[in-house]
Amino acid sequence: MIELRNLSKLFTTIDGPVDALKHINLKIEKGDIYGIIGMSGAGKSTLVRCINMLERPTEGTVLMDGVDLGSLNKKQIQEARRRITMIFQSFNLLMQRTCLENVMLPLKLAHVPTAQARQKAMELLETVGLPNKANSYPAQLSGGQQQRVAIARALATEPNVLLCDEATSALDPKTTHAILELIRDINRKMGITVIVITHQMSVVQEICNKVAILENGEVVEEGEVSEVFSNPRTNATRNLIYPEMTEGIEMFSRGGQHLRVIFNGAVTEPLIAKMAMECGIAASIIGASTRSVGDRAYGYMLLDIPGTPEDLARAITYISAVPDVKVQVEAEYNAEEADV
Amino acid sequence: MNFANAFTPERLQEAWECLLTEFPFAIWETLYSTLLATFFAIVIGLPLGVLLVTGESKGIRPLPRPVMSFLNVLINLLRSVPFIILMVMIIPLTRAVVGTSVGTLASVVPLTVAAFPFIARLVESSLREVNPNIIEAAQSMGASPWQIVTRVMLPESVPSLITNFTLAITTIMGYTAMSGAVGGGGLGKLALSYGYQRYRFAVLYLAVIVLVIITQVIQSFGTWLARKSDKRLKEK
Repeated sequence: MIELRNLSKLFTTIDGPVDALKHINLKIEKGDIYGIIGMSGAGKSTLVRCINMLERPTEGTVLMDGVDLGSLNKKQIQEARRRITMIFQSFNLLMQRTCLENVMLPLKLAHVPTAQARQKAMELLETVGLPNKANSYPAQLSGGQQQRVAIARALATEPNVLLCDEATSALDPKTTHAILELIRDINRKMGITVIVITHQMSVVQEICNKVAILENGEVVEEGEVSEVFSNPRTNATRNLIYPEMTEGIEMFSRGGQHLRVIFNGAVTEPLIAKMAMECGIAASIIGASTRSVGDRAYGYMLLDIPGTPEDLARAITYISAVPDVKVQVEAEYNAEEADV
Repeated sequence: MNFANAFTPERLQEAWECLLTEFPFAIWETLYSTLLATFFAIVIGLPLGVLLVTGESKGIRPLPRPVMSFLNVLINLLRSVPFIILMVMIIPLTRAVVGTSVGTLASVVPLTVAAFPFIARLVESSLREVNPNIIEAAQSMGASPWQIVTRVMLPESVPSLITNFTLAITTIMGYTAMSGAVGGGGLGKLALSYGYQRYRFAVLYLAVIVLVIITQVIQSFGTWLARKSDKRLKEK
């Protein structure tokens, strides 16, 4: 439904041109909650602003339902933006207007009659759980409540796509959770496709079904969240997903035999203990980041295998025999390479 | 000049009578020329101030660079001419508009010309205070530039605009006093022609006191209104 083809954005700055985005290709299907994750400066904000043409891409196309947004005139883009709405890190509510007036704003901009706009806005405030705050001003609300009002505002024009630009980054963990629940609810009940821009891996893990990792303006990895998280292929991804792991590797980077064990929905069982008993290999765990979903494990574990290369080979044979577990020899960790 | 003689009981008595007879009309003249000039200055200066913000290269509706340069130069030029000289310089314009260059109504023309560039700059600074993220949010909702100005930028800057317009009114009132030197009416004229030129210093001081009181009242009211209108300060 949304497709980015060969999207590039070049900024001209005083220090010369900056490639904010380099040949991005992404496909976001209807109903997806698509996470775009990256460190600050990776180009996330630019990318999301290209999707609704707040930033004009230098090159490439943005297709929504097959329509090239770059080919639209100003008026048509304004129309299109009612179908692709946006929420922000700093909520960006009008501070001099009540919550109700804030939610009514996009409808007024679309020339919907006041009575109708008011009714719709009241319904939406109810949807986001703030029907009694209609006549309050944003300054009287907490951050989480302000974001709820912003979500109601974003839903007012019945969009197909909701862009969330670091929407929970200014909120505490509990409020973040509640807002993410709300977004997931909206995605399910209203069938709105959601694109989530974030630097927080927990956000992606909590609500996204697909994810793209952005680094220095490039998509370095993308796919199903479970797949990307359990088997990160690039250092950028590892740094984002398991920041604690890279430290562990660094500590043990000098010498030794290291194995990376990847759990991709394996049945939870005491693998390391069984390997010690059955093969006599006392592996030590350098680092681990696994998450259980139901009784299945996702994530990975980094092992230090003592002994000879034969022991290493036996460990590999043993572990690879377990269903839904992959194993690979960890190359010497290169701290510089991962230092992004 | 003998200030000691200015405050004898007779002179004070005279000033008191003047306060009752001459002052009411002078106050009325000062107020109406001030408010009328402020009104016209806002009518011209407000759109101009909006253009100064929206028209710049990173604004919501950029205008050609020469147009922006022209606006800026025009405003800076008018702002740098001292009011008392501007008044004399534009006498032909005043005659063309009002038919005469003398009197309180005529003074509204130079007052407006002097005040609109000032108002334009004040509006510009008020609008620049609007959080750019909120403007971006409006753009993301599909707002046109006109809608952004009328539904976002101006409403969001109301408290700041009130504060700045209050400043403008008190400044323009200061100008009306100067216009007393060149044919304008009001408290300034009273102070100059009655108090200064006829050595009735008690009247001069009285006129100044009245001006100070009016300024105080306007300023206090403006400050109160700006605070009251600002929904960001509302207690939870």
